[in-house]
Amino acid sequence: MIGLSHYLTVAAILFTLGVLGIFINRKNVIVILMSVELILLAVNINLVAFSTHLNDITGQVFALFVLTVAAAEAAIGLAILVVFFRNRGSIAVEDVSMMKG
Amino acid sequence: MTAAQTVLPTLAPLLPELILAVGVMVLILYGAFRGERSVEGVNVGALLLLLLAFFVVVSQPAGMKVTTLSGAFISDAFSRVMKGLILLGSSATILLSRDYFQRERIDRFEYPILIVLCTIGMMVMASANDLIALYLGLELQSLAAYVIAAFHRDNLKSTEAGLKYFVLGALSSGMLLYGASLVYGFTGTVSFPGIVSALHGEAGFGIVLGIVFVAAGVAFKMSAVPFHMWTPDVYEGSPTPVTAFFASAPKMAAVAMTVRVFIGAFPDVTAIWQQIIVFVSIASMALGSFAAIGQRNIKRLMAYSSIGNIGYALIGLAAGSQEGVQGVVIYMIIYLAMTLGAFAIILSLRRRDEMFETIDDLSGLSRTHPVLAFCLAMMMFSLAGIPPLAGFFAKFYVFAAAIKAGLVTLAVIGVVTSVVGAYYYLRIVKVMYFDEAKAPYEAMAPGLRIVLAISSVVVILFFLLPGPLRGAADAAARSLF
Repeated sequence: MIGLSHYLTVAAILFTLGVLGIFINRKNVIVILMSVELILLAVNINLVAFSTHLNDITGQVFALFVLTVAAAEAAIGLAILVVFFRNRGSIAVEDVSMMKG
Repeated sequence: MTAAQTVLPTLAPLLPELILAVGVMVLILYGAFRGERSVEGVNVGALLLLLLAFFVVVSQPAGMKVTTLSGAFISDAFSRVMKGLILLGSSATILLSRDYFQRERIDRFEYPILIVLCTIGMMVMASANDLIALYLGLELQSLAAYVIAAFHRDNLKSTEAGLKYFVLGALSSGMLLYGASLVYGFTGTVSFPGIVSALHGEAGFGIVLGIVFVAAGVAFKMSAVPFHMWTPDVYEGSPTPVTAFFASAPKMAAVAMTVRVFIGAFPDVTAIWQQIIVFVSIASMALGSFAAIGQRNIKRLMAYSSIGNIGYALIGLAAGSQEGVQGVVIYMIIYLAMTLGAFAIILSLRRRDEMFETIDDLSGLSRTHPVLAFCLAMMMFSLAGIPPLAGFFAKFYVFAAAIKAGLVTLAVIGVVTSVVGAYYYLRIVKVMYFDEAKAPYEAMAPGLRIVLAISSVVVILFFLLPGPLRGAADAAARSLF
């Protein structure tokens, strides 16, 4: 029987993978965007699981808002990435390093 | 009675946000139709909208405390004071920006529109009464802020600042959301009053985890240590008026949101979050003072200064009392004046098409521009906390609240770090008054003059008439308890 704790575990694993993807990733900024998306989806699993468990619709409404905002966020992130690429000619993480200190 | 009844929400408390939202749509259409010729009109229109919203916020009845939109939105004295500050910060940014953007040839109509959109998000953050409204306000603010950080789109530093801000900001939103989902799951509600009654003053492991993640998310937005690493880079890379914006209005909103979450949703489980806030506060004050010492770039210096200042403001929140919140509000009022004043001066360091932004460029400013040097010296003395300037009182109120709440160690650490911080503030004064003079800079633009005059008056003359600002802060704090 699959219960609430299984969903929470999956969400926690996805969330951790997302955070690690941002910090350990040394290659490509696109991978960071994918990790951000992973984090938001982990949150959505959490919200929907809680919502069914509590028999309360609010969590699903929240999840829909998160989806909408995630789309806007991805659009803006890609736009900034394109502008950055035009100036730098690269989207490797180690090239995002003009300023340090 | 089986048919569902739809009750329209009361929209009167939302009036300032609605004015901005509808007005900004009109400005977008105007800009889209007139193209690049509309820049002047959109700038003036955005400024008028912000000022109109400010007057509407100020003229809302003083004792009013209403919720609307099914309890998602609250309008009380606290939200009105913070919204007033946010609107003043945004209006000042528009005044500070015009001249700079024209000279850098990035003067586009999208900029004031993004500022207004960002302002709506910040006002929702200050008024949020449940986790969904909080998240939506936060994202509206952040998404607009990522774009304006990268607004100088042909400039590598600016786009890099935008990219860094985006990646770390998205991560912090994710953490905040994860915390929010746990809080929702373990209390069964997203509304702040609902959370208070669901907790009964005790919190299980899930709630503690949720509070920790929420705290990490808000610390990011306030640029408090240990989530400050984006701040220096974003401040240095963004166009200078945008840096002034990031250091002013969004800080007000982030602090308002933090107070709202911790005092509004978790007032009975103080023991859990108080230690987090105390740690964040000490770490921010220490980093703000020590890391700023070696900086040569003024924008970077202001970034570390803002990290330190958030640390001081959080002392008041750590106290968790009404005096503490009053201290936070006074601190933010004075911080806004000091920051905007300092940035007005930084923005006036230009000769023809070149901007100067290192500390050495200030040398001998007292001989070439005595008034400017005097104002900057006052801002620096005030940031260092020297009486009778405003910054002294800002620190005094938060320290007093901390001591009253029994957090003596925190207050002592605060005093020690502010002495360390005084070193780099006073170094700027020394460079201006005792070093070789350089070639004079160009005359200040009118927008900069207005902002500098108002903030100097607040900073220098606060001690003569502290009553109105203290009264506003007092009413704000009382409305939360």
